[in-house]
Amino acid sequence: MVADARRPTLDETGLSAPPRKNGELVFAEVWESRVFGLTMALHEAGAFEWEEFRQRLIAEIAAWERRHEAEWSYYACWLRAFEGLLVTKGLCAQTTVEARVRELAARPAGHDH
Amino acid sequence: MSEGDTNALRAEALESLLVERGIVRPEVVDAIIRRFEQDIGPMNGARAVARVWVDPGYRARLLADPWAAIAELGVTVIPDAPLVVVENSPTAHNVVVCTLCSCYPSGLLGLPPSWYKSPPYRSRMVREPRALLAEMGLALPADVEVRVWDSSAEMRYMVLPERPAGTDAMNEEELAALVTRDAMIGVAKAGRPREAGGGG
Repeated sequence: MVADARRPTLDETGLSAPPRKNGELVFAEVWESRVFGLTMALHEAGAFEWEEFRQRLIAEIAAWERRHEAEWSYYACWLRAFEGLLVTKGLCAQTTVEARVRELAARPAGHDH
Repeated sequence: MSEGDTNALRAEALESLLVERGIVRPEVVDAIIRRFEQDIGPMNGARAVARVWVDPGYRARLLADPWAAIAELGVTVIPDAPLVVVENSPTAHNVVVCTLCSCYPSGLLGLPPSWYKSPPYRSRMVREPRALLAEMGLALPADVEVRVWDSSAEMRYMVLPERPAGTDAMNEEELAALVTRDAMIGVAKAGRPREAGGGG
């Protein structure tokens, strides 16, 4: 699971680079950018209040800090918060999500979307 | 299967379901990602700081009513939360953290760097700011007071760094290039990007 290294980054944007560039890749992996983009898209479309999401994110981060069982990943916490919000809002049922995950996992190796 | 692969699958599953149901369009998600990766960075904050350095009147306005002063720059930033600008001086240094999650003035500074969201930064910046700042490359003299500001949904903070010495001949645009994201979080001085972690 490696992010596409050819993705344009802020460092490459030329003339206005110094004050513009953020000093590092914004997203380490593609899925992080997708789940971030999905969250912002749904929020901008009015699907939920930002505070609803933020409270879930805080809870997921706190849960990680209690357990410490996996490697730290901010966007893994974000993903869980987003998924929980979708389920609560009735936008996706948990069983439907699990079924789709199994379906995607069962694809033949070497597929590329 | 690694944790990253599992997360990637779950993210893909959620997106495919939301797209099928017509709740979101992939092009909209693409455009949002592009906006955050390429268009939103610390330049809005940097422009405000540089203006302060050349215009004392602007300094007073930025400290008194940050969002109104930022609007003067003609930038399109949505004031998404009350903002406080905290000013560094020879005797006081300010640094910003979000202990609960990652609250951050993104419209002014772009997306927060990964270390800002990390558990060690969030806990240690409150407990032992001086030691952590030194580790991050900013050793402060003992007589400089360190002020730590905890961001939240109700209040965001931006540090107003001191103008570096030897910049008297520089114009506003040149000065803006010295104002790094790290300086506006308070983990570096302006004009001196942090070495580790690709700062600035």
